[in-house]
Amino acid sequence: MQDFGAAFWLAGELLVSGDETLAEIVVLSLKINAGAVALASAIGMPLGAILAVARFPGRQALVVLVNSLMGLPPVVVGLVVYLMLSNAGPLGVLQLLYTPTAMIVAQTVLVTPIVAALTRQVIEDMDAEYSEQLDSLAVGRLARIGTLLYDARASLVTAVLAGFGRSVAEVGAVIIVGGNINHVTRVMTTAIALETSKGNLALALALGFVLLTIAIVVNGAVGGLRLAMVRDAHA
Amino acid sequence: MLERPITRHGAVSALLPLVVEDLVFEAGGRRLIDGIDLTLEAGRRSVILGPNGSGKSLFLRLIHGLIPPTSGRIAWNGRPPGREVRLSQAMVFQQPVLLRRSVAANIDYALAAHGFDKAARRARTEQMLIEAGLEHLARQPARRLSGGEQQRLALARALAVEPDVLLLDEPTSSLDPHATLRIEMLIARAAQEGVRIVLVTHDIGQARRFADEVVFLHRGRIAEHAPAEVFFDEPGSEAARSFLAGELVL
Ligand SMILES: Nc1ncnc2c1ncn2[C@@H]1O[C@H](COP(=O)(O)OP(=O)(O)OP(=O)(O)O)[C@@H](O)[C@H]1O
Ligand SMILES: [Mg+2]
Repeated sequence: MQDFGAAFWLAGELLVSGDETLAEIVVLSLKINAGAVALASAIGMPLGAILAVARFPGRQALVVLVNSLMGLPPVVVGLVVYLMLSNAGPLGVLQLLYTPTAMIVAQTVLVTPIVAALTRQVIEDMDAEYSEQLDSLAVGRLARIGTLLYDARASLVTAVLAGFGRSVAEVGAVIIVGGNINHVTRVMTTAIALETSKGNLALALALGFVLLTIAIVVNGAVGGLRLAMVRDAHA
Repeated sequence: MLERPITRHGAVSALLPLVVEDLVFEAGGRRLIDGIDLTLEAGRRSVILGPNGSGKSLFLRLIHGLIPPTSGRIAWNGRPPGREVRLSQAMVFQQPVLLRRSVAANIDYALAAHGFDKAARRARTEQMLIEAGLEHLARQPARRLSGGEQQRLALARALAVEPDVLLLDEPTSSLDPHATLRIEMLIARAAQEGVRIVLVTHDIGQARRFADEVVFLHRGRIAEHAPAEVFFDEPGSEAARSFLAGELVL
């Protein structure tokens, strides 16, 4: 067990020297989370918008369901995706278990409800304001959803950010379906968990530092973007 | 002028007369529109007058088909006010709803919704911006405009789509006299070009300048429907008399 001071020192060295293992893990993490958030947005935004605009029986129940899915426990999502993708599972033939793709799938399941629920709220508020004007212009249903999503872009950035924040910090689901295989499916959170348990605090700390920085930078960038949009009265 | 909407998207062109029969709208346990019968013929400029809360905005939204009546009938030359009818109309709301886009993009959006092609949209947007005196603000976010500029943009957007019928809900309520005059000229020109205009206003002076006929609403009913000269010179109803005299009408 290294002592604390040495661990910090070593972590700094890893960061400054651009350690290859470290870089590999960070890059894979970013790829997986970006992929998952992109997918979740592609699914969750239209879904949330439809929920906001459409009127059908059972809609309110669906809204409640999506809202509560925001709090899905990651390990349960991991387990379910594991069962689907395992050899005996319905999607076993795809041979996806312990691949980055499986991790993207699990993260997408986690993030989609977040994006959908936040989108629903934003779009519903905006629709209340736009509805009669769009009716007056005889805008059709599909075009209406597109309009609302586009005009809500400033607020939707926040939804995407919330999704990214959730997935990048998540460990339970990706460790189950990814397996934390070195050079293949090892991402920042799973590596931190492993290296800490192995007593390799330097790498864990360095990764923790990167993770923290990414979280801050992403939040800052999005916050700045949002501020600019608000300033231009697009929000 | 560009071609009328009929050839562009096959919408109905002859929308008049508008026939409203025993129109009732209730909400929150109140009868807000209380049995309106009204016929609006082609070729006139109608002004709807009435005190606050008399149902003017509701009536406009009902005949435009934005809200379903509790009972009664609305027919634009026999057609109910659905999507097809609305494609030949435009409405300017009492509180303009501007999209979170640039001034020019707001007009472009309406044109696209009405099926104008790209080249026509560009030319028409530029023309409308100039007519509304907004060309220097074309790239500004629409929501940053002043109240009066927003009303001008809302009107420009409505006129851009070349409606057969234009419904205006107090389009000059927050404009200075100069801007009001400018808007009135735009509306008057549209009327001359054959657009059937229904204007809701509080402004008695504006009603005098503009109206061929006046519909006076009071507590969700038509208290009076008369040619402008008659209405202003010898109003038949007590409510209209006191309204014109500047008294409090409740
Ligand atoms: N959806 C609704 N539910 C309940 N009451 C409503 C609704 N819409 C309008 N009202 C009420 O109906 C009445 C008429 O409203 P409306 O907006 O038509 O008035 P108006 O004549 O346009 O007044 P103003 O001159 O102030 O614009 C008001 O008392 C208003 O509070
Ligand atoms: Mg009103």
